[in-house]
Amino acid sequence: MLGAATKRSATEEGKQAMSDSPVGVTSTDPMTKAVRGAKTIEVRDVDLYYGDFQAVEGVTMTIAPNKVTALIGSSGCGKTTFLRSLNRMHELTPGARVDGHVSLDGEDIYGRGVDPVEVRRLIGMVFQQPNPFPTMSIYDNVAAGLNLNSRRVSQSQKDSVVERSLHGAHLWEEVKDRLQKPGSSLSGGQQQRLCIARAIAVEPEVLLMDEPCSALDPLATLAIEDLIAELKNRYTIVIVTHNMQQAARASDVTAFFNLDATRPGHLVEVGATNEIFTNPSQQQTEDYVSGRFG
Amino acid sequence: MESASITDSPPLARPSSLLAAGAGWRRRAKDRLMTVLIAGAFVLAMIPLISLVYEVTKRGIPGLSLAFFTEDARGVVGEGGGASHAIVGTLVITGVAALISVPIGIMGAIYLNEYGQGRLRRALTFFVDVMTGIPSIVAGLFAYALFELFFGPGIRLGVMGSVALSVLMIPIVIRSAEEVLKLVPNHLREAAYALGTPKWKTIVKVVLPTAFAGLVTGVMIAIARIVGETAPLLVTTGVVDSMNSDPFDGRMQNLAVYAYNEYRSPGVFKQAAYDKAWAAALTLIAIVMLLNIAARLVYRRYKTEIR
Repeated sequence: MLGAATKRSATEEGKQAMSDSPVGVTSTDPMTKAVRGAKTIEVRDVDLYYGDFQAVEGVTMTIAPNKVTALIGSSGCGKTTFLRSLNRMHELTPGARVDGHVSLDGEDIYGRGVDPVEVRRLIGMVFQQPNPFPTMSIYDNVAAGLNLNSRRVSQSQKDSVVERSLHGAHLWEEVKDRLQKPGSSLSGGQQQRLCIARAIAVEPEVLLMDEPCSALDPLATLAIEDLIAELKNRYTIVIVTHNMQQAARASDVTAFFNLDATRPGHLVEVGATNEIFTNPSQQQTEDYVSGRFG
Repeated sequence: MESASITDSPPLARPSSLLAAGAGWRRRAKDRLMTVLIAGAFVLAMIPLISLVYEVTKRGIPGLSLAFFTEDARGVVGEGGGASHAIVGTLVITGVAALISVPIGIMGAIYLNEYGQGRLRRALTFFVDVMTGIPSIVAGLFAYALFELFFGPGIRLGVMGSVALSVLMIPIVIRSAEEVLKLVPNHLREAAYALGTPKWKTIVKVVLPTAFAGLVTGVMIAIARIVGETAPLLVTTGVVDSMNSDPFDGRMQNLAVYAYNEYRSPGVFKQAAYDKAWAAALTLIAIVMLLNIAARLVYRRYKTEIR
C-alpha cells in the first residue's frame, strides 16, 4: 500500500542515513514504515489552497525521524505554506484548504475525528519573528505550553520543566537569575531561543522551524544552528530556510521547492543534503544551489 | 536596442553651490506662518473648554460644602441639605450600567474580531454602528417600556437607568474593544496555537491580557460618555430627595437629574439652589476627570510593548 516498506530496528534509527540517492518527484519514494516510537512524517500528494488559488501542488516525501530536513527554494514557492500544513496551521487562514495525506507515525493527522489542537501539541513550531508572549515573564513563557494546555502540573514539576527546557535551548545560564523578567527584555537571539525552549517544553515529537534565524545576526544564528544539531537527537526537525549555506551546514536531508509560471509551488527534488548540493539530479536544483537564480 | 536610462535624461536644475542656493528664508517664513496658524487654531479650540471648566469651577465652588457631600435633600425646604443621595445614585447607576455593558461589550468585540465571519459579522457590525447613534432619550424610553411590561406603568427603579445607559454604553465598548483586539498581532495567537492551545484559551490567556490596557481605556471612555446623561434617567429613575443606594428599590437620584431639578425648581432660596446645581455639575466633571486619570494610570502600568 505504501510502497516498499523498510523495517528499522529502534537502535538503528537515527544512525542510518536516509535513502541513499536523491529522489526525484517522478519515481516512487521508498516509504519507511514507521516503527512505534519513531517520529516520522509521511506526506503524500499534498495540495494546498488559499481559496481557489493553489499554492502548493503534489508534494510527496518522507520526513525521517531524528534528522534535520531543510526545505529550500525561492520566495513564494510554498515552503512555508507546506510547513504550516504539517501541524495543521495552514487551515487557520480563512479559506485555506488541504488536500492529500499527511501522517505522523502512521496516523493521519487530517483524519476525521482528529483534533487539530492535539496535533499541534505533538508537532511544535518556531516562527521567523521571535514572538514571546509580551505579558508573561521568561518563566511563564517557557511554561506557557503547560499553562495553556490545561495540563495539571505541580509547581515543582513546572520548575523542572522550565529549567530543563531552558537548558535544552542553551538559554539557562543567561536567564537563570532573571526568570521573572518579561520575555520581551531579551535580545533577538535570546528571544528566539526562548521560543524554542517554549516549544520543547511541551515535549513535541516534531519541531517545525520557519526561517528561525532570518531575523537574527550571524552569531545568534550560529548559536541556533548548534542548538538544532543537538535537538535533532531528540526530535524530528523540519526547517524552512532561505539561506542555502545554512541548509548545507545544518541539515541532513534537503528538499528543493520551486515555482514557475505554469505550475504552483511543487517539490522538485528531495535527498541527502550533500547529494543535493554537490550532485543534484534535476537541472533546476543545480541552478538554484549554484546561485544562478533565487 | 535603445532604451532610456536614468543617465540619459537631462539633469535637474540645481544651484551651482550650497551657498548660492540662498538662506531659504522664504521657506522658513512659510513655516513660521503655518506654525502660528495651527497654534492659533489649537487655542481657538481650547477656549470653549477652558472657559467651561472655569465657569463651572467658579460657580460650583460656592455650592460645595461638607453638607453637600454628606446630606441628602430629604425633608429639606430651605437652604440646607446636600447631594449625597445624588452622588451615591450616580455611582450606583453608572456602576451597574458598567457591570452590564462591559461583559456584553467585550464578549461582543471578541466575537466580532475572533470568530465572526461573513454575513452575520457584517450584520452585527452594522447594528452596532446604528446603536452608537441612538439618541439617549430613546434609550431611556426603551428601558422604561421594557420595565413597564413587567412592573406596570409608573415604575421607577435605579436599575432601569442602568439598563438605559447600557444601551448607550455597549456599542461604544464594542467598538473600542474591537479596535484594541485588532491591534493584538496575529503572530501571538499563532504562537499559542502552535503550542496546541485551544482557541478560547488563546483568547483568554494571551489576547485579552495583551489588550488589557486598551480595553480598560475603552471602558473608561464609555463610562465618561454616559455619566452625565440626563434625559434617559429622567424617565427611568425619577426624581427623589432621599438617599437610596438599592438599584432595585424605587426611585434613585443622580447628579445630572439633580442639577437639572435644582435649576428648574429652585424653590424660594434660588441662589442656594443654583449653587447646588453648579456644584453638582462640578462634581460630575470631577468624577470624569478622576476616571480619566485612573484610566491613564492603568494604561501606563499595564500596557504591553509589542515589538
